[in-house]
Amino acid sequence: MKHILKILELLVTISAIWIGLLQASIVSSSYAWLLPVYLIILLGCYGLFMVGVGLMFFPTCPQESHLLQKDIAEAKDFLKREGIDVNSD
Amino acid sequence: MEKNMYSIIIPTYNERLNIALVVYLVFKHLREFDFEIIIVDDSSPDGTQDIVKQLQLLYGEERILLRARKKKLGLGTAYCHGLKHASGDFVIIMDADLSHHPKYLPSFIRKQKETEASIVTGTRYVRGGGVHGWNLMRKLTSRGANVLAQTFLWPGVSDLTGSFRLYKKSVLEDVIGSVVSKGYVFQMEMIVRASRKGYHIEEVPITFVDRVYGTSKLGGSEIVEYLKGLIYLIFAT
Repeated sequence: MKHILKILELLVTISAIWIGLLQASIVSSSYAWLLPVYLIILLGCYGLFMVGVGLMFFPTCPQESHLLQKDIAEAKDFLKREGIDVNSD
Repeated sequence: MEKNMYSIIIPTYNERLNIALVVYLVFKHLREFDFEIIIVDDSSPDGTQDIVKQLQLLYGEERILLRARKKKLGLGTAYCHGLKHASGDFVIIMDADLSHHPKYLPSFIRKQKETEASIVTGTRYVRGGGVHGWNLMRKLTSRGANVLAQTFLWPGVSDLTGSFRLYKKSVLEDVIGSVVSKGYVFQMEMIVRASRKGYHIEEVPITFVDRVYGTSKLGGSEIVEYLKGLIYLIFAT
């Protein structure tokens, strides 16, 4: 099944629940009408939160740059010995 | 026990210095494995092919295959082209600019053997992995893009745009046939289509040191390209 259909399925389920809440009057009418808006705001907040957390804990590897420089030096040495001229500018 | 053969496809364009370094490091880290390196060069004006020919003299033409093309064509077609000449049971794709370090190749192979996965993809975004050389803006766009993709696309992998991957050859052939996108969206479509087809995908942490020699850019047009790609994938996969 295409992904968009899965998303539509989810939306239809949520809509059904929402309509059900409106019909059954479990939640007060004025509040129930605004539920989709609250849901979207919640989704937006969740997204921003995830971006923030991800940014805070973004995995970095500063030592890798240093290790890479060593590997490059080793490789260049080897190439020089084998007579391969790469003309690094 | 039959020995597995790994075909490493590296597309190049003006990577005269980097390709020599990458080849050296591949040979250094894959000593106990049977492999070939397929270099798909798009007629680089800087003499990349001359360097590759010298490397062929050094390492042997059975180990280093130069399969060049007449002009600068896409990345996706470069993989297709390389795939035609691959004789391994497994195909590894990686970049030539040293952002993908060959030292991770054994961990890809080991992971595949342990889990019998169809695809092993490198991820920069988990513990044990990481990125160096990205400023705050770059990290922000990367993280934002990732959250969007995870929320709306459910891709099944943590690093969607990564291009350091190991595929079973038959799996790569199957998936690449149904991919239409270009550029890095190509990588996204590859992994999402594979995920939708139900292939077993595993991840290994990799570190990514952004371009040591040369420049890599991320501008407004790349962001637009990404969003278009995301929308396309939501509707088409």
